[in-house]
Amino acid sequence: MANVLLEMRQIDKIFPGVRALSKVDFTLRAGEIHSLMGENGAGKSTLVKVLTGVYGRDGGTILLDGKETTPRTTKEAQECGISTVYQEVNLCSNLTVAENIFIGRQPKKHGFIDWTTMNKRAAELLQRLSVRIDVTKTLDHYPVAVQQMIAIARAVDVSARILILDEPTSSLDEQETQKLFTIIRQLKKQGMGIIFISHFLDQVYELCDRITVLRNGKLIGAYDVDKLPKFELIAKMVGKSLSDVQDFEKREEKSQPSEEMFLEASHIGCTGSLVDMDVAIHKGEVIGFAGLLGSGRTETAELLFGIHEITHGAITVNGKKMHIKEPMAAMKQKIAFCPEDRKSSGIIEDLSVRENIILAMQAKDGMFRHIPYKEQVKITDDCIKLLNIKVSSREQLIRNLSGGNQQKVIIARWLATQPELLILDEPTRGIDVGTKSEIQKMAITLAKKRGMCVIFISSEMDEMVRTCTKLIVLRDRRKVAELENEDISSENVMRAIAGGEG
Amino acid sequence: MKFVNNLIASKYFSFFVTVLLFMILYAVGIMTYKGFMRPQVFFNLFIDNAALIIVTVGVTFTLLIAGIDLSVGAVLALTCMMLAYLMENTGVSPALAVPAVLVVGTAFGAFQGYIITKFDLQPFIITLAGMFFCRGLTAVISRDTISISNPFYVGIASARIGVFGLGFVSVGAVVALLVLIVAAIVLGYTKLGRTIFAIGGNESSASLMGLPVFKTKVLVYTISGFCSALGGIAYSLIMLTGYNLHGLGMEMDAIASSVIGGTLLTGGVAFIPGTLFGVLIQGVILTFITFQGTLSAWWTKIVIGALLCVFIIMQAFITAHKSRLSSKSSLEQTTPKNGPANP
Repeated sequence: MANVLLEMRQIDKIFPGVRALSKVDFTLRAGEIHSLMGENGAGKSTLVKVLTGVYGRDGGTILLDGKETTPRTTKEAQECGISTVYQEVNLCSNLTVAENIFIGRQPKKHGFIDWTTMNKRAAELLQRLSVRIDVTKTLDHYPVAVQQMIAIARAVDVSARILILDEPTSSLDEQETQKLFTIIRQLKKQGMGIIFISHFLDQVYELCDRITVLRNGKLIGAYDVDKLPKFELIAKMVGKSLSDVQDFEKREEKSQPSEEMFLEASHIGCTGSLVDMDVAIHKGEVIGFAGLLGSGRTETAELLFGIHEITHGAITVNGKKMHIKEPMAAMKQKIAFCPEDRKSSGIIEDLSVRENIILAMQAKDGMFRHIPYKEQVKITDDCIKLLNIKVSSREQLIRNLSGGNQQKVIIARWLATQPELLILDEPTRGIDVGTKSEIQKMAITLAKKRGMCVIFISSEMDEMVRTCTKLIVLRDRRKVAELENEDISSENVMRAIAGGEG
Repeated sequence: MKFVNNLIASKYFSFFVTVLLFMILYAVGIMTYKGFMRPQVFFNLFIDNAALIIVTVGVTFTLLIAGIDLSVGAVLALTCMMLAYLMENTGVSPALAVPAVLVVGTAFGAFQGYIITKFDLQPFIITLAGMFFCRGLTAVISRDTISISNPFYVGIASARIGVFGLGFVSVGAVVALLVLIVAAIVLGYTKLGRTIFAIGGNESSASLMGLPVFKTKVLVYTISGFCSALGGIAYSLIMLTGYNLHGLGMEMDAIASSVIGGTLLTGGVAFIPGTLFGVLIQGVILTFITFQGTLSAWWTKIVIGALLCVFIIMQAFITAHKSRLSSKSSLEQTTPKNGPANP
């Protein structure tokens, strides 16, 4: 057995109010590629940040080569031989390629930076990774994929002991990914320990030797890749045992979609975020996008709402071909979108409930059209009643509401625009169970009574199974299955995500 | 076309434009006015603007990390006033007074830098407060003008240093040139300089790359404070007075010069020779007005205002052009790669 390079024992990390990591063990051997897996919030990046000195730890020990170490800053971690390549390239675009690789450790001559030597060494280093570019040009001349390689070159040259790759492939295409993998395997052969974090299951199975699974800040286990089928891995990540999944609960009465089509998207895609997706949404249908985080479910919704422009394919709304370039165009087609992150892209904290509800309507009608106060009050009161929002008055500041009620206000905002398609991205994240089921019921009611189409996106399998009449399953930015009626079950979804294995 | 593209994308494009503009202005001056040809007119640009050059270098450092220093004019006035007060009212020798004011200016810059960095505050507000503080302190020392009559100091002020027999420059101008050279070397060839660029490019990246961000940021404001004090000394060598309204609005002139010289307010881009030409352009316009004789000196402000506007728009175009180029080059690079890799 290869010798152990890094051992993290009983790591604890507490943020105010949250236990981000509790007693997590992690072992990395020399010459292995080790994947850290877990859903969002499982503690992967916290663990990495504890290791790289970005966060301090509240308990536990880190043994590097059997010696206890406590890196307090990124710099100290680098000196111990640990370096990280982050998802977003963390380099400076105004500096040259060579400088980005060597900054902080520039070669010197007579006390001054020796640019000639630096450029030569940078070119050699990149050549070894088979990247041939002009190192004297500034970084902003090159595409993200090349920047990623440069970041890796920097990391490799800095440390060459432990390399952490956090979602390195999320902005790369197939070819670039393969090139990256070649480089990673090359580094592995040199005896480096590599921690690979990715949401792409196929890539993890292609590249890695071992997998450590985390869930809710707790260690679930460390496994050899060939002894852990994909299906089991997913079950461990989402926290369900196989038997749990099999006896899913009886669902409530769902909405019956009509024959009439509202929106049809064929072969839509967007370079770097989604590949070839088909969606057909009937009136009165609650359709779910299932998949792990980063699988393309949010991306699909964003394309439909015009946040990003589609680069392939076509969208047809009500039988007419539409080019949805921006959210306003989508709003004109009566599409509404409640975003995933309600804190940063949903609520406006310092406005009242009424003002928050009126916003989308106002935007749709044009900023200068006055909506009479009486009408505003009426709409607000209707929404408060319909959605059962608990407020002391309609003028209460939204920041003082609970998460669940804030979410309802956001939904109310979009309902006020009288949409025909309502997209709910993670509408139930971080809110209590009671409100959760209320929101689920509301989605069904809207579809049933008003004939509205609802797209429901959630990480919680149960709630998708309970709410949706059709489920589209995505994996690695692709649609892998479409489940309808009786086929909808947690088990089938997980099978589809795993790719028919298990 | 490719040549033009590369020229525009070059990091020196802004600089080329500034130099070209300076040369055009100068050529027009030579053609219009007889006396403009004399080398001394050119040297006078350095003599008259020595203080502004030094202060602009300091401001450029702060702009490089996407910060700003509004206190430079007030620190300059405070320096002049302290020098005059120390030498005239207390009889301290210049050999002691000069280092003393340099220390005060530097310490003040360091203090501002520490506050800004430690509490992660807006440099705009902190240095605005610093500006009021120093301006007020200057008036507290004396509300009247204090003339400097120390014979040694006056001697330095009137010293003429010959340049190849073509003319002469002042001590202040020599100091300004030295500051330019040192600044260019520091920014181009030292770890400190490159770290400043990195912070301006992307501060969080810089700290993730393990660069000493905190230390460097404090140091940048310290340098700016030092330059303001040094600029104050150069200013006092010309004016030979301490006066509360010295250098009023100079921070804006300095920022304008720096931007015309190619500095981006978003940080990470600056070129010291460009900064020099930014100041010289202002100087040339003022010389024009002197030669013309009847125009108000305020025309300098009007022209600078217009130039500043044009340069900012030009920079926006350059940035847009660059990002277009990089998206194109990514296509160019992936196309041939796709070919042979798919057998």
